[in-house]
Amino acid sequence: MALLDVCGISDWVKEDGFNAERASVDKVNHFNFAAQTPELAVPVGVDPAEFLRPLVDSEEGVNGVKINLEHGTTTLAFKFQHGVMVAVDSRASAGSYVSTQMFKKVIEINPFLLGTMSGSAADCVYWERVLAKECRIYKLRNKERISVSAASKLLANMVVNYRGMGLSMGTMICGWDKKGPGLYYVDDNGLRLCGNMFSTGSGNTYAYGVMDSGYRYDLSVPEAYDLAQRAIFHATHRDAYSGGTVNMYHMRETGWIKVSQEDVGDLYHRFYSEKK
Amino acid sequence: MAARYDRAITVFSPDGHLFQVEYAQEAVKKGSTAVGIRGKDIVVLGVEKKSVAKLQEERTVRKICALDDHVCMAFAGLTADARIVINRARVECQSHRLTVEDPVTVEYITRHIATLKQRYTQSNGRRPFGISALIVGFDYDGTPRLYQTDPSGTYHAWKANAIGRSAKTVREFLEKNYTDESIATDNEAIKLAIKALLEVVQSGGKNIELAVIRRNQPLKLLESKEIETLVAEIEKEKEEEAEKKKQKKST
Repeated sequence: MALLDVCGISDWVKEDGFNAERASVDKVNHFNFAAQTPELAVPVGVDPAEFLRPLVDSEEGVNGVKINLEHGTTTLAFKFQHGVMVAVDSRASAGSYVSTQMFKKVIEINPFLLGTMSGSAADCVYWERVLAKECRIYKLRNKERISVSAASKLLANMVVNYRGMGLSMGTMICGWDKKGPGLYYVDDNGLRLCGNMFSTGSGNTYAYGVMDSGYRYDLSVPEAYDLAQRAIFHATHRDAYSGGTVNMYHMRETGWIKVSQEDVGDLYHRFYSEKK
Repeated sequence: MAARYDRAITVFSPDGHLFQVEYAQEAVKKGSTAVGIRGKDIVVLGVEKKSVAKLQEERTVRKICALDDHVCMAFAGLTADARIVINRARVECQSHRLTVEDPVTVEYITRHIATLKQRYTQSNGRRPFGISALIVGFDYDGTPRLYQTDPSGTYHAWKANAIGRSAKTVREFLEKNYTDESIATDNEAIKLAIKALLEVVQSGGKNIELAVIRRNQPLKLLESKEIETLVAEIEKEKEEEAEKKKQKKST
């Protein structure tokens, strides 16, 4: 428009990636499986990634201040012959303060899809709820449930737009679709991995130790329940940022079931008395 | 800043018609005929080939296009408009494979094309696409599908359909002759498509272009020799039928 050009506004109004000018007719809307409009507003005139980089990446931070984004929790999931086991702890911590021992770290997206959360509680809860919304819309549009690979891809595509801006999220998307059991790890960098066994969070090393020593593909259902529970328990025993209760889910062909919710104190006494 | 159109071209008439869309459908009726048949393990697309000028290379005029390995479409109407729609559909097929890690279903890509067409009937400064498309293919679970879209942006599933010039004649022929026996084998389905086109095409096999997709196989364009052979078979069958009828009458 002529007046705009005369004022020279186009010199300093930048077209950033999110609002690139495209005729509304050509904009792909619901056929594009990424969130087309940015779900989170980014402040004008600030590039969050640039702002955050010296605080996170460099050795000494900015004026001695360094931000460490840790995923304080333990979650695990593994595939075996009878489906997918998912087990999480339930402690939410802010530094060394325990905010709650009863945090729900598994989001039930639909009867055939589960998402676990580790990292920043706010980021996980928000983005997985957005994922749940997208999955519901997919089902309405296409008259069939979304596949696990598509759901995990949706989540990865949504967060990759905010790479470097300080999101902290390590999640596992578990489900059963027409291709069988599915397990994907998605994190805040947009990394998306398909695998048979994952554990995330600050306690993941302890959980891996127990899981790896006891895992076989042909575990029976009670054996798998026991293995998952033990792995989380041992992680909560040694990791300060994990604790509370062990919430366990089993993803089967007919959907998921919540297996148990046991306090780690009770588990300690049970395992301890077994040793004797 | 790009100049923006603020007036729509496709607006309602007092009695509820969208004239631009109806004029687009007239443009479709002037295009060369295309027929689509859904068999049991095969889907067939046949189009009437327009006669090419002497110096024109025949291969560059293609009315049947693959959208992906398992989906293809034929159109009737403005060829240039079709090119745009086909390009968008091909990009969408790959985009779907990238984000969902699964090939598109035929219904999905038809819905995409139909939504694209509808958007162009309801926006500033743009006219509707002047094409109808027949989209055929197999879904991931092996079900054969045939869909038809038109310039207004609606789409329907069909067992067999025709678009373009003389579509009505061909559709009536199909309504009479599409039975479970007539599509029992792949060959029979192909012959049915040729028979349907022969009703309206002038000089036989030379002016027919045929493509088939079999389950788990990519699009295959039949060569003119194969089409000639099939046309000859059909002629023979017709003669045999005529002979039988004569004998019946004379006895």
